[in-house]
Amino acid sequence: MNLYPFMTEILQIMIVLGISPAFVGWVRMLKCWSQGRTSAGVFQPYRDIRKLFAKNVVLAENASWVFRFTPYLVFGTTVLAGGIIPMLSVDLPLSATADVIVLVALFAIARFFIALAGMDIGTAFGGMGSSREMTIASLAEPAMLMAIFTLSLACRSTSLSQIVTVIFSGQIQLRPYLAFAFLAFVLISLAETGRIPVDNPATHLELTMVHEAMILEYSGRHLALIEWAGMMKLMLFMALGAVLFFPWGIDVTSTAAGALRAFLFLLLKLGASGVVLVLIETGLAKMRLFRLTEFLGSAFLLATLGMLAYYILD
Amino acid sequence: MMDLQIVSQISSFLAALVLLTAFGMLVQKRVYGLIHLFAWQGLFLSLNTAVVGFVANKHHLYISSVLTLSLKVVLLPYILHVLINRLKIRKEVETVVNIPMTMMIGIALVIFSYHLTAPIRQLSTLITRSTLAVALATVMLGLLMMITRRHAVTQIIGFLALENGLFFAATSATYGMPLVVELGVALDVLIAAFIFGIFFFHIHTTFDTLDVEQMAKLKEEN
Repeated sequence: MNLYPFMTEILQIMIVLGISPAFVGWVRMLKCWSQGRTSAGVFQPYRDIRKLFAKNVVLAENASWVFRFTPYLVFGTTVLAGGIIPMLSVDLPLSATADVIVLVALFAIARFFIALAGMDIGTAFGGMGSSREMTIASLAEPAMLMAIFTLSLACRSTSLSQIVTVIFSGQIQLRPYLAFAFLAFVLISLAETGRIPVDNPATHLELTMVHEAMILEYSGRHLALIEWAGMMKLMLFMALGAVLFFPWGIDVTSTAAGALRAFLFLLLKLGASGVVLVLIETGLAKMRLFRLTEFLGSAFLLATLGMLAYYILD
Repeated sequence: MMDLQIVSQISSFLAALVLLTAFGMLVQKRVYGLIHLFAWQGLFLSLNTAVVGFVANKHHLYISSVLTLSLKVVLLPYILHVLINRLKIRKEVETVVNIPMTMMIGIALVIFSYHLTAPIRQLSTLITRSTLAVALATVMLGLLMMITRRHAVTQIIGFLALENGLFFAATSATYGMPLVVELGVALDVLIAAFIFGIFFFHIHTTFDTLDVEQMAKLKEEN
């Protein structure tokens, strides 16, 4: 039995756990620079997480098991999602067992439980955040599935490894549906990871907050786990976009040198996607909540157009 | 042959962009944004015509391409800009149906035109046969825009987008109409734009707005 894929799998999960705070730090640093502020450095998120782990948990009296269980579940599903996306190599055991629909479902489970936990304590902010989050999710998830189904149609598979292999092999070059799917994916990523036109990640007390409103009651190690999962989610979405639409440098040969090269390419692509993210966030203002239907509606439109373009133009 | 493959891919990419701008116009709320999108559509259309002209080796398509470029990218948007500045239209455009609903109808129209052109696609041997569905969809989206908007200016832009779609359909179905016909159509569109301008002024001076709903007041009481 070949142990190599399992080694890559473990390595990849370690990388996701290890560099996601640095990625968030990088994005924050770029943002500070773009706004003319002094940044706290790339490693500040690590210090934040360590600080939160050292603190005691303050639980509300009426907190049920859902509230206590959610951080672990959210963290667990996000790590699992990190194992599914083929970032280093296409030959991953977890990627073979779970396809892209499972990936979307994993994020949906995490979101469902966070929304439940937001309502669990019974504060006004939590319920408001949950309701908003579910509104966004109900619009973003169909668009996400449509965008990825466009790729699945073109590659004749819903398995992420298969999609990446087909796109990497260069059978598909300049195709309109890829561009449509990519645009839709960018819009959805902004919504799913709570970035600026949809939600402001920098805010902690503001009436318009979505994600922060739900996790307002968390503290200590629970908050650390949720924050860490949020960082991983951001990195996973960027990595997913990079891997699906620009799969250069990924390891298809299953060698150690290939994995190292894939890792370097991954770092490069994440760095670049951070720059793009900051450019988008600096250029846009946060949208009114009621205009989000139009924003996510256009994401759905783009994804559907991608699918139609696949049938019409090819 | 490989070269032809790439060129036809570029052509279908431009067709996709034309479709995208048609949808963009459908959901755009501001008049200036609409005019810019219309200009972009004209640009993609003109590029596509030139590419098709190159593939099919039909030189008169280059002339129609230049004609499209000068008329639909430069002249008509400029006229519309001047009109809007003169009439001082700054407000957001009112729509009859809300925007997500319009998008859904638009998607349905694209699927419909795909089904409608499927038999032609099977019979045709031209390299541009697959873009015919996009052309028909552009016509339908232009029509939809004329139906769903209340404002006279946006209805005119919808009409011009519809004309874009017809031109595109001619290019993709038969490698373009004869040059005489195309020159005639171009002239017609230009004259139409001037007449629209005059009508805008008349509507504006009579009703003090360009909202065509106001015209319902014109009917007799019974």
